[in-house]
Amino acid sequence: MCLAVPGRIVEVRTVADIPMGTVDFDGIRKEVCLAYLPEAAVGDYTIVHVGFAISLVDEASAMETLAMFRELGVLDGELEGAAPAEPGSAAPAVDP
Amino acid sequence: MTFRDAGLVSNVIAALEKAVERGTSYRLMHVCGSHEHTISRWGLRSLLPEGLEVIAGPGCPVCVCPPHEVGEAIELVQRGAILATFGDMVNLPTNFGSLAEAKAAGGDVRVVYSPLDALTLAARNPGREVVFFAVGFETTAAPVATVLCSTGLPDNFSVLVSHRRTPPAMELLLGIGDVCVDGFVAPGHVSTVTGAEVWRRFPDAYAMPVVVAGFEPEDVLLALLLLVQQINQGEPKLENEYARVVPQPGNVPALSAIDTAFEVTSAWWRGIGRIPRSGLAVRPELGNRDARQRFDVHFEPEQHDLPPGCSCHLVMLGKIQPPACSLYGRKCTPSSPNGPCMVSQEGTCFIWYTYESEASAATAQGGAA
Repeated sequence: MCLAVPGRIVEVRTVADIPMGTVDFDGIRKEVCLAYLPEAAVGDYTIVHVGFAISLVDEASAMETLAMFRELGVLDGELEGAAPAEPGSAAPAVDP
Repeated sequence: MTFRDAGLVSNVIAALEKAVERGTSYRLMHVCGSHEHTISRWGLRSLLPEGLEVIAGPGCPVCVCPPHEVGEAIELVQRGAILATFGDMVNLPTNFGSLAEAKAAGGDVRVVYSPLDALTLAARNPGREVVFFAVGFETTAAPVATVLCSTGLPDNFSVLVSHRRTPPAMELLLGIGDVCVDGFVAPGHVSTVTGAEVWRRFPDAYAMPVVVAGFEPEDVLLALLLLVQQINQGEPKLENEYARVVPQPGNVPALSAIDTAFEVTSAWWRGIGRIPRSGLAVRPELGNRDARQRFDVHFEPEQHDLPPGCSCHLVMLGKIQPPACSLYGRKCTPSSPNGPCMVSQEGTCFIWYTYESEASAATAQGGAA
């Protein structure tokens, strides 16, 4: 549960005033909250922890970490139960 | 920029061999399961020069989650709530049983990846109470706080909070006489939320070197090198090896959410006991979202909170390494765990067992070929 998994942002949108996005984790696409990285843009690589992008990261580091998680077989387990990418799914609306 | 460089590892090892002074002992502690993954997976301990030791501290939030809080979660399941939590929590054995057992007995326990998934569950089950059992350090507390601060939360959503703050546990370690630590490798991802600055009081108040580190083998080795240099120079300070990811002041929206949703409180750490200012509680003004208030569930901690024979407390304090526990690998394995450190993927025993098994499987395969 504590693994922070890197992925590539493939879509950015605002749901109920909250920046949300779709992130591709080596082929698995998930809904991710971008509230902590309002500057994040499509194409950026980000480290995602429990559905929240917590920092940006360079592509090479992201790819290496993903490859390691894939090799260890922990990627699917880590994303277990995660909502599949689905525009308009539940997103928090944060008070400013 | 890639941080991966085949030559870098051997360069850092060579630098470490030069830097480590004969006759001096360097005991460096990390407090993060992900760091232990890197160290164990790459066999970094076997590369370190004599005298330099890297030990695992209390870096697994599932491991330190006390049985009475799992008991509260089980109680809510038995009262008919949908309980959503992370996968590692489900098999955690306690005197109250486990959430897996509560589920087998007909309870509604759901594994989720994110508090956002729990929110979706609540929206889809308006006739049921949905409780998110929130376990984790600052990197998880922030997302839960953000959810709690959001407007338009479903009426049937609440959280059972078991969050822990990392720095107070490290301060406690420094006060335990027989825990000898010469420097800390601080957790990179926690630090993306808290900022590197949160560790400054360790060099300032305790003369304890700290280096914030990332999760590649080069990151960990560089952090060890920086710590060794600090120790040699006798100048404890805060350094940030992971500056390419960790900002010095922390993530402002994440910290602000934590502050809005939670207040700092003392908290019980399994196998360790009560640590002042190490927990987070839902602020009274959000009381209705706090499952403990909402359902009036308050279990008291138990003094003996580990199974008989289990040495997880000694593992979590860095006093022993997993194989020194008499249960390790015999009566306690990932498929049949006895103590919490063997249950969680971030637990030191789980990590050691996993990579030791891989290594012996590889050796056996090599021998057969």
